[in-house]
Amino acid sequence: MFTPHTEHDVEVMLKRIGVAKVGDLFEKIPEAYRYPKLNLPPQLTEMEALAELQEIAGSNGSTQDLLCFLGAGAYDHYIPAAVDNLLQRGEFYTAYTPYQPEISQGTLQAIFEYQSLLAQLTGMAICNASHYDGATAAAEAVIMAYGHFRQKRKKVLVSRAVNPQYRAVMRTYMQGSPELKITGDEPEVGIDAGMQAFIDLIDNDTALVMVQYPDFFGRVIDYKPVIDAVHAQGALVAVAVNPTALGVLTPPGEIGADIVFGEGQPLGIPLSYGGPYLGIYAINDELLRKLSGRLVGSTTDVEGNLAYVLTLTAREQHIRREKASSNICTNQGLMALASTIYLTLLGKHGLQQVANLCYQKAHYAAGELTKLPGYALQFGDTPFFHEFVVKTPGKVDHLLEDLRGYDILGGYDLGQDYPELEGCLMVAVTEKMSKNDIDTLIDAVGEVSHD
Amino acid sequence: MTEPTVYELTVPGRVGFKFPASDVPQVDLPAGFEREELPLPEMSELDAVRHFTRLSQLNYAIDLGFYPLGSCTMKYNPKINEVTSRLAGFGLTHPRQPEDTVQGNLYLMYTLQEWLKEIGGFAGVTLQPAAGAQGELAGSLIIRKYHVDRGDTQRTRMLIPDSAHGTNPATSAMIGFDVVALPSDERGNVDLEALKSLCDDRLAGLMLTNPNTLGLFDENVAEVVRIVHAAGGLVYGDGANMNALLGVFRPGDLGIDVLHYNLHKTFSTPHGGGGPGSGPVAVSEALLDYLPEPVVKIVEEGDDETPPLFGFYRPAKTIGRMKAFHGHFGMHVRAYTYIAMLQQEGLRDIAEKAVLNANYLMHRLKDTYTLPYKRTCMHEFVLEGVWKDVPEIHALDIAKRLMDYKFHPPTNYFPLNVHEALMIEPTETENLETLDSFADAMLKIAEEARTNPELLKNAPHNTPVRRADELKAAKDLVLCCYPMDELQSK
Repeated sequence: MFTPHTEHDVEVMLKRIGVAKVGDLFEKIPEAYRYPKLNLPPQLTEMEALAELQEIAGSNGSTQDLLCFLGAGAYDHYIPAAVDNLLQRGEFYTAYTPYQPEISQGTLQAIFEYQSLLAQLTGMAICNASHYDGATAAAEAVIMAYGHFRQKRKKVLVSRAVNPQYRAVMRTYMQGSPELKITGDEPEVGIDAGMQAFIDLIDNDTALVMVQYPDFFGRVIDYKPVIDAVHAQGALVAVAVNPTALGVLTPPGEIGADIVFGEGQPLGIPLSYGGPYLGIYAINDELLRKLSGRLVGSTTDVEGNLAYVLTLTAREQHIRREKASSNICTNQGLMALASTIYLTLLGKHGLQQVANLCYQKAHYAAGELTKLPGYALQFGDTPFFHEFVVKTPGKVDHLLEDLRGYDILGGYDLGQDYPELEGCLMVAVTEKMSKNDIDTLIDAVGEVSHD
Repeated sequence: MTEPTVYELTVPGRVGFKFPASDVPQVDLPAGFEREELPLPEMSELDAVRHFTRLSQLNYAIDLGFYPLGSCTMKYNPKINEVTSRLAGFGLTHPRQPEDTVQGNLYLMYTLQEWLKEIGGFAGVTLQPAAGAQGELAGSLIIRKYHVDRGDTQRTRMLIPDSAHGTNPATSAMIGFDVVALPSDERGNVDLEALKSLCDDRLAGLMLTNPNTLGLFDENVAEVVRIVHAAGGLVYGDGANMNALLGVFRPGDLGIDVLHYNLHKTFSTPHGGGGPGSGPVAVSEALLDYLPEPVVKIVEEGDDETPPLFGFYRPAKTIGRMKAFHGHFGMHVRAYTYIAMLQQEGLRDIAEKAVLNANYLMHRLKDTYTLPYKRTCMHEFVLEGVWKDVPEIHALDIAKRLMDYKFHPPTNYFPLNVHEALMIEPTETENLETLDSFADAMLKIAEEARTNPELLKNAPHNTPVRRADELKAAKDLVLCCYPMDELQSK
């Protein structure tokens, strides 16, 4: 199947090697441990494997059968057919990291275009290619800022309205630096859109301040006061973004962010139960030497023709080993390519259109939902993009369970991550939802019990 | 060749994709936040399709030819993997769906955990890490927390053999370990005397790649593990080279404490031009409670009529979360598909054929190229890409000349402990004719090095671009295409 050797091939090869049997090649392996009996099922053919996998997949409810109003970090967008068709070209997906530029110009130019598109979208000077996801990009921002101040500034402030998984991952990553304090997301600092309590924490021991735009609750907040306060203390600002929103909203690069990062999944990457996704990571040019991850630059070949190469590799682990800016090696190459194709196909008009559709539909849903008795927007008239928080009259887990009876994934129960938001439901609405779909949700919510 | 960039192909007014018009009442965007400029391409769908198709044709890939890139295990990526991972029930499930709506996903993850435990001889597995390097990070954090919980906070020394992948020292440094390089002995094994001299109560552990990056199975591995354990340290296994051991040897049986797998090497998930990978981590019994969250388990046993109920749990002393959600699930589906088609018999066949192919190639080349360690190799071997009689020829020249013969070059200049290294990993999926034609090309190049060295120095000759000026790329940095307005004003 996957090994082409005939008996004759094996004979020829063993003869050349000068051993009698294949087993002789393994004689350095301690004999007592050689050829263990494995407790594994019998092997399947491709036909049988496909049937088994179809059965397993079939036992899930997917967003094809369920109306999905879940977001909270991953969004159900339409992906143009051309994206996956191009991704399935073997020349792209069965290539390795482009270490040999002469025979990797396709991957290299695509990455170069990715860097360009994302730099433009975020309003930043430089974008790398890439990190694993939004959460690990957040951790890389912390590492970058801590290193930028040579470990002398010992505080990272992260807003409580940043995705809880991002905050968890940055804490995991920084366990080996116990002198660094990651703070600012305690319940008492709160999630008020005015952010004054948070701003008051910024001092000259602060290396990095992290906020999210739109924030985890979907709110669109003006971070200019935060950014000004951070820069007054000489610290860095990292803004997590939803790239779809940047189709219509001012990019953080324009209001002075030093690092813009985020989850790139909305850019043409399937939900796929949480991965693989794409960590977007863009910076202003002053931070370039501290940047981790791959970078492609353009140059010329010996004949003077334009060529693309991996560049500034002296930052990376395979050259600098323990002095590298990160341990990252394999990243999200194919997902970066997916987003490059997606952004190229949608282009300027398409991204504006999809962002606008998400915004309109979410606002229609919010308007209708809050007409129901007992439902109200938790954050009042604070602007939001395509996700919003509603206070419900009963228990959210009961509501969600009842909605499943209508084949609806009604949203995210915020009480799981935020005790202060017990009873609050977070609803995401993308362009895939028609008015009719939204009305179906509203009708169902109106019908189910509220105990 | 020069393929214009997407910005150069832009013609204002062109549209590549259209969404339906809005069917809900219009509301204004929030005042003060409206974006003014959105400098993205404007191309038709066909123009975009042709652009990316043309780009793809500038690549070399496994689907086009032999890719003996040492340490990367560039084996065939079965097409069925791309079908199963895209089944709607997998590809279109949201990571925050309630567990009872994704029992199929959880069953698949649980089963893959069980299989990886069994294949490596371990007590527990997390599928969360996104790639090998992140698996190393998870594993190293587990080792760190294990020592800290025991009050051994002084254990911060991580021993790393000089032949190790660069990610090993980079990972250790990231979490505050002191990296100490460990020399190899004259047979390419860990130097036992050097090891003993570094084993005291400051020892956190040893990161061991076995077979190592020379493609050699460490002859003293049992003794190495014993010495590290006796000093209170833990042994981390870098599973990058597990392809050589499938069904033949289980690192856990020998007492390796932690090991990461690379699903994108050993278990056939595609490399994607630089990812996504997937780096599950396996641990021994003593480290089970430290696994990153979440891990899948059976929350309610089933019976004849009802299947068990699967769910996530948070291990008691977990190092925490490594990334958002549950790992690269799409890669888990591919690896599951692959293992399901192999199992005990097929896995062993993979390892045996990988080792057979490598030894065969090594024997075809060892009289022409210097083989620094003259031993039976495992799944890969390392040659010196330099000869005394033609000192002007380097490993790089040989690598570049191979492209003219339509082969991807081996890994060069790694491992660092071999002069002008050429690291060759043929993998099990290549047939005898391919191996022979590659060997013939290597022998021909050795001849050319003497008869016409300029052929090598100037190689490659017939690739989309020729040798590129990497110094210039780093000096006159250009990391973005021109924005459109700049382009148009030119």
